[in-house]
Amino acid sequence: MLLIDCPHCGPRDETEFRYGGQAGISCPTGDVSDEEWAAYVFMRDNPKGWFRERWFHVHGCRTWFDVERHTVTHEVRKAR
Amino acid sequence: MRFTFDGRPLLGEPGDTLAAALLRNGVRVVGRSVRLGRPRGVFSAGPEEPNALVRVGADPMLAATTVELYDGLEAWSLRGKGRVDPDAVDGRRCDKGYLHCDVLVVGGGPAGLAATLAAGRAGARVILVDDQPVLGGDLLNSRLRLDGAPGCDWADGLSLQARVLTRTTAVGYYDHNYVVAVERRARGERLWHIRARRVVLATGAHERSVAFPGNDRPGVMLASAARAYANRYGVAAGRRAVVFACADSGYEAARDLAAAGVEVVAIVDPRNGGPQAAVIGAVVAGAVVTGAVVTGTTGDADGVLTGVQVGDRHFPADLLAVAGGWNPAVHLFSQSQGRLRYDEDLRAFVPGTSAQAERSAGACRGVYGTREAIADGYAAGAEAAGRDADPGLRVPECDEGPQRPPAALWWVEGTSQEESFVDLQRDVTVADLARATGTGMRSVEHVKRYTTAGTGADQGKTSGAAVVGVMSALLGAEPGQVGTTTFRPPYTPVSFATLAGRDRGALSDPVRTTAMHDAHVARGAVFEDVGQWKRPWYFPLDGETMEAAVLRECRAARTAVAAMDASTLGKIDVRGADAGAFLDRIYTNMYSTLAVGACRYGLMCTADGMVFDDGTTTRLGEEHFLMTTTTGNAAAVLDWLEEWRQTEWPDLDVSFTSVTDHWATVAVVGPRAREVIAAVVPGALDLAFMRYASTPVLGVEGRVFRISFSGELAYEVNVPWRYGRALWETVLELGAVPYGTETMHVLRAEKGFAIVGQETDGTVTPHDLGMSWIVSKRKPDFVGRRSHSRPDTARPGRKRLVGLLPDDPAAVVEEGAQLVAEPAGGMVGHVTSSYASVALGRAFGLALAANVEAGDRLTAVSGGSSHGVTVVAPVFYDPENARRDGEPLAFRPEPHRGECRSESPAAAFAGRFAAASGPRARLREVPFEPMWEVRGTDPGTGLRLGPSWWLVSGNITPQPDWVDVSGQRTILELSGPDATEVLITGCPVDLDTLPGPTQTLLGRTSVILERRERDTYRIYVRSSFTRYLAEWLVDALDAL
Ligand SMILES: [Zn+2]
Repeated sequence: MLLIDCPHCGPRDETEFRYGGQAGISCPTGDVSDEEWAAYVFMRDNPKGWFRERWFHVHGCRTWFDVERHTVTHEVRKAR
Repeated sequence: MRFTFDGRPLLGEPGDTLAAALLRNGVRVVGRSVRLGRPRGVFSAGPEEPNALVRVGADPMLAATTVELYDGLEAWSLRGKGRVDPDAVDGRRCDKGYLHCDVLVVGGGPAGLAATLAAGRAGARVILVDDQPVLGGDLLNSRLRLDGAPGCDWADGLSLQARVLTRTTAVGYYDHNYVVAVERRARGERLWHIRARRVVLATGAHERSVAFPGNDRPGVMLASAARAYANRYGVAAGRRAVVFACADSGYEAARDLAAAGVEVVAIVDPRNGGPQAAVIGAVVAGAVVTGAVVTGTTGDADGVLTGVQVGDRHFPADLLAVAGGWNPAVHLFSQSQGRLRYDEDLRAFVPGTSAQAERSAGACRGVYGTREAIADGYAAGAEAAGRDADPGLRVPECDEGPQRPPAALWWVEGTSQEESFVDLQRDVTVADLARATGTGMRSVEHVKRYTTAGTGADQGKTSGAAVVGVMSALLGAEPGQVGTTTFRPPYTPVSFATLAGRDRGALSDPVRTTAMHDAHVARGAVFEDVGQWKRPWYFPLDGETMEAAVLRECRAARTAVAAMDASTLGKIDVRGADAGAFLDRIYTNMYSTLAVGACRYGLMCTADGMVFDDGTTTRLGEEHFLMTTTTGNAAAVLDWLEEWRQTEWPDLDVSFTSVTDHWATVAVVGPRAREVIAAVVPGALDLAFMRYASTPVLGVEGRVFRISFSGELAYEVNVPWRYGRALWETVLELGAVPYGTETMHVLRAEKGFAIVGQETDGTVTPHDLGMSWIVSKRKPDFVGRRSHSRPDTARPGRKRLVGLLPDDPAAVVEEGAQLVAEPAGGMVGHVTSSYASVALGRAFGLALAANVEAGDRLTAVSGGSSHGVTVVAPVFYDPENARRDGEPLAFRPEPHRGECRSESPAAAFAGRFAAASGPRARLREVPFEPMWEVRGTDPGTGLRLGPSWWLVSGNITPQPDWVDVSGQRTILELSGPDATEVLITGCPVDLDTLPGPTQTLLGRTSVILERRERDTYRIYVRSSFTRYLAEWLVDALDAL
């Protein structure tokens, strides 16, 4: 089980968190094409290696934050 | 100690394992092998045992080498396969626990003890786990002397600064130094979840066997096992022994067997060169045969060993002790994702590169020799603690001689017809491996799956290296090139009962209950699970069927007055200068223009444009709203709001507070609802449709919303949790008929109101539901808006909500039935809701269907039945909304007199808390005190729950922007010297380094945990989870 470092509470077990998927995806505004909109709604990266992702401390302080996780080793580090 | 084996009464000694006791009684055949049915005896003295599998009580399959003997034990032999006795009663109380440490040491042998000592001396918080009842590891099995005294004395004399868990096997090593261990206790196992900053693995090594013909006979045993039985248990595993010494440990075994009175007739050493004369002594020196191998065995009619063949020489013997060399126990290292490498000198796989904050010490990394292991342990322990080794730690003097490299021998191609076994538990032979490589398999993983070698309950602990060795010989490759199969947890078998722990029966999943729950139970309600909630489904009167009860409840709501417990609906207090703007972005319709005091029904979508949730939201003040959600989605909606506010619109001034449990809600429904309202909450009597009033209810603080989910005159009356039951009982006393969720579903379906999760499934847009009217065209944007114009969501021909009338008015079509268009037979949709209606006098339904219009004829097909149905508009009852204002009061009822009784969430547990309390741990519910949640600026008091978030309690005057959550939670207090021990059975955080009040999990529910004093904790639990947590705590105290 992963140990996730909440910026407010410190390291806690994965069971206290909800996974939030890829970080840095912002909702496009204004006129966007169907393709651009579909990319926002449906398409996410799936790299082998470091991945910037969001976690929500749902059973703790209820903070959303980003970390970087290595998808092969599960190593987790602070998002840069 | 008396025990029985296959019904035979036998006697053992305290400290015996079952295997030792069986050998003590001369039991040679312990079971039969799984495929070939061959007789098998005890082969090892530890968890690597492949042969001696037994059933003990409710445990269908255990290795006799790991079962501690107790008086009255009853064991039964097995044929290599467990047998579950369905009648066996498992009286064990299994449990779990969370532990945290700086340094976890796995293994209590010389290396592990040294590491524990060094890490503890360096000031680290240390946990040591070891699978034996006493520490010492191989020192227990040997006659080795340290500083001139028995090795065990050295182990006993150490003063370890550590939490020591004996009889505890580390079975899994997971990400981020998360190690799971099973502690065997007489009353039931305990599963430890250990999070360590650093791990020292000191798991030792397993001796390996050699594949030669007839190597599976009872009487053939690992040399280390024969030595352990002789030294530790005082049991001679035979009278005449041959030792097959491919490694020097065979000579130690021979020496110790001789000392135990066993006649050692031969020591067969494949290596050339002299024996280790210095360590074997004169007794057995003459028996050494070098440059030779065991080529076969002979047996009696039962297959039990009678002699050993060494080329053309035959040695009569009843014990063949095989020292094939050593395999470091790299299982946990490999589970941690560390990489193994093959060591040519040791002829074994050893840890290579670590993947986690871990290091191996002693024999498990190929550092054999007691002296060397202790030195390695000191270094590992100090390193794990982040210090230099304490110079005061001295390696004791040891009488051990040097060890030569083992023979590179995996397989002896004998001349006899007997099979040469590689995996005793799976009955896999050299011939099986040869067949696998003969078909072209080169990967050890393929060979494993083809032959099943290594797939037994022992996970191939004694066979894994042999498979690799024999394969390398068959393929002409080095073992390092063949590689190993993947080591997977658990290291030893773990029972499901152990994994379940106390999460069984009523505690297997939290049950959420409302303030009125006991009243519902007393009234004989039949309950339905909605998420984790128990909701009354219907309230049958004496002997009434469900159908009859629902028709009666519906009639009451349509013609008189009825009441439902609506407390489970999610309620979210929304505040801030931008609250209206925020809701505009979340809902498809407009909220910023809503008048203060008005309610509006709203729909929210996910980004893909699909319906996510619905409910009524009321403007309580200029910057203050109360949102309601569906029962099942309350937590998800709160998370959803928080996600958008924090990650997308952090500039908006808005905050959210759950008040679901704070308010108990009774829906009073029916044309005569005013009769009840006038008595209970006279201040709401003149409330207009879709308006709200804050007005006393039964003399206490209350909120009333005039909203309707049935089309009838209806009020949702809210009081704080503690008054919920009194309100409910009063409403029923005044003549309201209680109704449950089934009636609620029928009433709303008659009005064509969709239910999220029933009419929707994540693929349905508001337009599909025929609710385009609720999708604002004036707002610039809201979540999901852009998706509504995507080609697929905007296309014609999508499934839409329609009504259905079965041809047979009595036919309630099954929900989920497929709708087939006639005559072509195309499938056009499915039935989402279907009921018998007392108001309509017939059955009806709702459906999602494509390309149909009113008047179309369809067939609803489900299982073996089909019904003709006609498509109609999805509003069946009162399409003009003429009934929503009900009937005027025929008389003016008196306001209800009398006290509104208050009941705390854990009131029913007061007696059980007292009974469960004792000097070691006390449990009570803290008397009621008001509580508020505070956002934004620090109130200077209370518990900090998160960034800009506090909980304030006590009899103080609140600020206007504090949210009253007095009913949202109750406080349970756990105190006494064992309080921490109780909490670690369900709380994953490190209680010893708790920075302050913290939100975390306890059992299976969220809590706020406040350590007020060393031995006093306050647990703030949601009112609806209180019953669950109270049961959990009482059970935990009982399990202490
Ligand atoms: Zn946190």
